[in-house]
Amino acid sequence: MQKLILPNIPGLHTIDVYESQGGYKAFRKALGMKPEEVTDEVKKSGLRGRGGACFPTGLKWTFMPKQTTKPKYICVNGDESEPGTFKDRQIFEFNPHLLIEGTLIGAYAMGVTTSFIYVRGEYGKWIRLLEKAIADAYAKGYIGTSILGSTFSTNIVVHKGAGAYICGEESSLMNSIEGMRGYPRVRPPFPAQFGLWGCPTTINNVETMCNVPLIIDHGWEWYSKIGAPKHPGPILVGISGHVNKPGVYELPTGVPLLEIIYKHAGGVPGDKKIKAVIPGGSSTMIMRGDQLEGACMDAESLKAAGSSVGTAGLIVMDEDTDLMKVIARISMFYYHESCGQCTPCREGTGWLWKILKRFEKGEGRAGDVDLLMDIANNIEGNTICALGDAAAWPVQSMIRRFRDEFEKRVKTVPPRMEQEAAA
Amino acid sequence: MLSEKNLHKIEELKKSYPTSQALVLPVLWMIQEEHGYISEESMKYSAQLLDVPFGHVLGVVTFYTMFHSKPIGKNHIEVCTNVSCMLRGSEKIVELLEKRLGIGLGETSKDKKWTLSEVECMGSCGTAPMLAVGEEYHENLTPEKLEKILSDLELK
Ligand SMILES: Cc1cc2nc3c(=O)[nH]c(=O)nc-3n(C[C@H](O)[C@H](O)[C@H](O)COP(=O)(O)O)c2cc1C
Ligand code: FES
Repeated sequence: MQKLILPNIPGLHTIDVYESQGGYKAFRKALGMKPEEVTDEVKKSGLRGRGGACFPTGLKWTFMPKQTTKPKYICVNGDESEPGTFKDRQIFEFNPHLLIEGTLIGAYAMGVTTSFIYVRGEYGKWIRLLEKAIADAYAKGYIGTSILGSTFSTNIVVHKGAGAYICGEESSLMNSIEGMRGYPRVRPPFPAQFGLWGCPTTINNVETMCNVPLIIDHGWEWYSKIGAPKHPGPILVGISGHVNKPGVYELPTGVPLLEIIYKHAGGVPGDKKIKAVIPGGSSTMIMRGDQLEGACMDAESLKAAGSSVGTAGLIVMDEDTDLMKVIARISMFYYHESCGQCTPCREGTGWLWKILKRFEKGEGRAGDVDLLMDIANNIEGNTICALGDAAAWPVQSMIRRFRDEFEKRVKTVPPRMEQEAAA
Repeated sequence: MLSEKNLHKIEELKKSYPTSQALVLPVLWMIQEEHGYISEESMKYSAQLLDVPFGHVLGVVTFYTMFHSKPIGKNHIEVCTNVSCMLRGSEKIVELLEKRLGIGLGETSKDKKWTLSEVECMGSCGTAPMLAVGEEYHENLTPEKLEKILSDLELK
């Protein structure tokens, strides 16, 4: 497939090269359309968000009120902190103008006055690249007042995070932009009604925005034919762990996981067998190596396989991997990143980690597996934001699919000693 | 507390945000860049500058892991130990770092030259294992590469 989001064109990150490749053409085209026509085009294309939840982008845009006296905002989510995810960084580095152009088209479609691109603080180097691209786009009149001679005016501002996974959660992200701690907000009200500073706001992932110029440029019909019919388009798959050629691969959605692993990423070192994969970043349900046949990188297929696309950050683990170590590390992450607002998540993530540490050391106790499941089930669905679910799913799926691995790590003590210990 | 250049930048930024509170993160970044950390004094300064309570600024500083309320070593080494890095040998890298620098994770050397931190996924999973020194990412680490990075830093 021709690469559309990360084509290999030297100098594409500069505005001159970007323009010479037809850059900002889609934005000019959009300015000649009615805003609702632009939204409609995105809706019909079938584009779904690349930030983790696969939510239909065009539909999200229609939630923005048309009649309002308040300013409207876009937040572009470049927090990229889900373990296993490293794709948006490639966009900042190699094709920042595509992101700017997509954001501008979104701003036009929704009548937005300012778009904030929120980038994780660790990406300082990439923030400077993005800021340079934005400054160049201002200088050429693509951003600012009366853009390209039209009546449309809009601004783009980069907002630097400061180290907090939770700030990738959309309501937490808005609080962070407002200068607060990154605590998620209770919904409803939803961002389209009550977002940044109480004004209508739409949040989209960096990669999602990069698909928008493609849709406007080539039309929704063309776009909808790429990849999986119900989840179309190009997708940036980041593959890491035990493969020969880890990295970001731009592929059509619906690509089989085995094709990604063996054809694109060069297979597993030493031709070892695959024990497990996490298909879409650490929050998605872990799959067994023998479940991979027929599973593809799109929402329907991975749902059927008992997992999800998430951020398409595929983590491969070979047959020698110690899964207890993996799940203990993942749980430590959620414990560390829980913002602490909701009791089930604040306490539960710590308990999960503590118990999983026991399994890592081979000191699991009888009944611990059920206890883990019970804790995870009590976190899931009982928190303000989905971090709680994200902490529960890896544990639940690991137990469901690799119960034997847990059982191997239960320390069997003679019954009398156990009784004494309990006494 | 802040350079003229940054004070000017703050005035510019005010035009992009409807409240001054929104500048808390940008201002704290400026302070940390100029002073290396964010002292209580500078938190009070930021609070006054932006007309927000001191407690609010303190709350923000303590929430975000990248803000330091105490001075740290001249070279801040952040090594990722999350899953993808772990699968590609971050444990070995941590072991080498601890041995070479004589400090453990979360510690600063007595001569204040090094601070070693364990960090969560840095978005470098495809080039794991990795570490960052300040804003500089070092990826696809090997013991040899690590030694070169450390000896280069020592000379600085
Ligand atoms: C704990 C947590 C962390 C998240 N982190 C990110 C992130 O780093 N980047 C991102 O785009 N979305 C992240 N999301 C999803 C966002 O809340 C939101 O759904 C997304 O940015 C919407 O964009 P999309 O519709 O284009 O996918 C996170 C969600 C949760 C619950
Ligand atoms: S897990 Fe180390 S950079 Fe992602």
